[in-house]
Amino acid sequence: MGIETFLTRPLAPALERGGRDDDVVMSTRIRLARNIDGVPFELKMSDSDQKAVLKAFEHAQTRRPNDVPELILFRMRDLSPLVRAVLVEKHLISPDLMEKEGGAVVLSDDEMVSVMLNEEDHVRLQVFRPGLDLSGAYALSSRIDDWLEETIDWAFDETLGYKTSCPTNTGTGMRASVMMHLPGLVMAKRIQALIPAIQKVGLTVRGVYGEGSEAEGGVFQISNQVTLGLSEGEILENLEGIVRQVIEHERMSREMLKQSLGVALEDRIFRSLGTLRYARSLSSKEALTRLSDVLLGVYLGYIEGLSAKKLSALWVSIRPGFLQYTAGKSLDAGARDMARARLLREALR
Amino acid sequence: MLCENCGKRPATFHFTKIVNGQKTEMHLCEECAREKGELLPMSKDAFSIHHLLSGMMHDLSQRPAASSGERLSCPSCGWTYEDLIQTSRFGCSECYDTFRAQLRPIFRRLHGSEAHTGKVPRRGEERLSKRRKIEALKKELEQKIAEEAFEEAAKLRDKLRALEKEA
Ligand SMILES: [Zn+2]
Ligand SMILES: [Zn+2]
Repeated sequence: MGIETFLTRPLAPALERGGRDDDVVMSTRIRLARNIDGVPFELKMSDSDQKAVLKAFEHAQTRRPNDVPELILFRMRDLSPLVRAVLVEKHLISPDLMEKEGGAVVLSDDEMVSVMLNEEDHVRLQVFRPGLDLSGAYALSSRIDDWLEETIDWAFDETLGYKTSCPTNTGTGMRASVMMHLPGLVMAKRIQALIPAIQKVGLTVRGVYGEGSEAEGGVFQISNQVTLGLSEGEILENLEGIVRQVIEHERMSREMLKQSLGVALEDRIFRSLGTLRYARSLSSKEALTRLSDVLLGVYLGYIEGLSAKKLSALWVSIRPGFLQYTAGKSLDAGARDMARARLLREALR
Repeated sequence: MLCENCGKRPATFHFTKIVNGQKTEMHLCEECAREKGELLPMSKDAFSIHHLLSGMMHDLSQRPAASSGERLSCPSCGWTYEDLIQTSRFGCSECYDTFRAQLRPIFRRLHGSEAHTGKVPRRGEERLSKRRKIEALKKELEQKIAEEAFEEAAKLRDKLRALEKEA
């Protein structure tokens, strides 16, 4: 399978099936950071060290068991900057990896698994699941880790755990993240109080598009901060407990807004739908805000005949890289806004 | 408020990180934030963590207890203590052993702990227990020799050789 397949579909097949609590949780991701014993870390690596990492992975590939999905390797140097940008927009690679000529990404055809090679750590394996599914995502990531470990010696310390390039990941090397759509909390202005509360319990919250409480489209990612001293199970349990509370607060906020604002909320949602259906030029920020409103409208039952899945796909296809890849040429900001409006018009007609 | 980086334009991007109740804030203008890749999706983590971490490590390195690390450098990759503080990154896996003493307050501050309690590589676990057995046998052997129990010592030596071959 060529890289084109991954670039022409905005929504990963792995995320198409609705997951648990998917009215609030868009997706779950587990990322494990691992390094190969005896190979210098990112900042001290030579070209041949980078090749050794790719080789080690390719060797493991020859012994892949049946319960690990087939994985296809793409070297960064073979991918154009635009292709890399699209992979970043789909969250399959990090902006960091985008800059690494010696790096590579390994993908399963349904995009449930993405392994980054020669990023900040030699191996960063990621598993994505729809909705809230921390244990499912961890189970698969740990299984892949077990498989790789059969042929690769990880840099591991008896007391400190997995040795990572940066001390913020030392220990489990695990970053668990839950991507949440919180338009209710944003609209009710309760998000400002919630963010610092979540940060106090060792988790981080950030806007996926834009920063802080100004997150565009109301999309936030909640992740664990601590990787040392707690087991993977404890980290996931803590995160899940907080995420569950946020889900409840979001649902309550939506219901409260519906009751207190009534027709004003309905009006706002339909105005957003109207804008997406008829506008001739839309900035990324405005498009995300309007899409967020419309998605809320679908969940509150105001809008019928539009699926959440279709809207989630649009979330990605209006990003600058994706628009330009689809257009087959580079577009300046003005041209992108027009292409974005056209795409939304056609999709929501 | 002015941008912390250029000191010219007003700061419109504000970042806060809190770990174990320690709060650090950053204020940047749009231009500087963009320059640092701050506006790219997903890149925020990388920048803010490394930047803030290096500041924190610098503070810790000013303490008297950390000064013992100043002349250290990693025998495997040549990474110095200075490199560690400035980049807040390790050069190789042996750096962990080289700077072990200096790392303790850093891990305490970052994670509130200095000891891993999570997953252990399966093969690593086997190796680990073998290594522990070898250590135990060596001690026992020394003792038998000291006691001049040569027959038992010979048996232990055979056992030890077999184990060492396996490991
Ligand atoms: Zn500035
Ligand atoms: Zn080193």
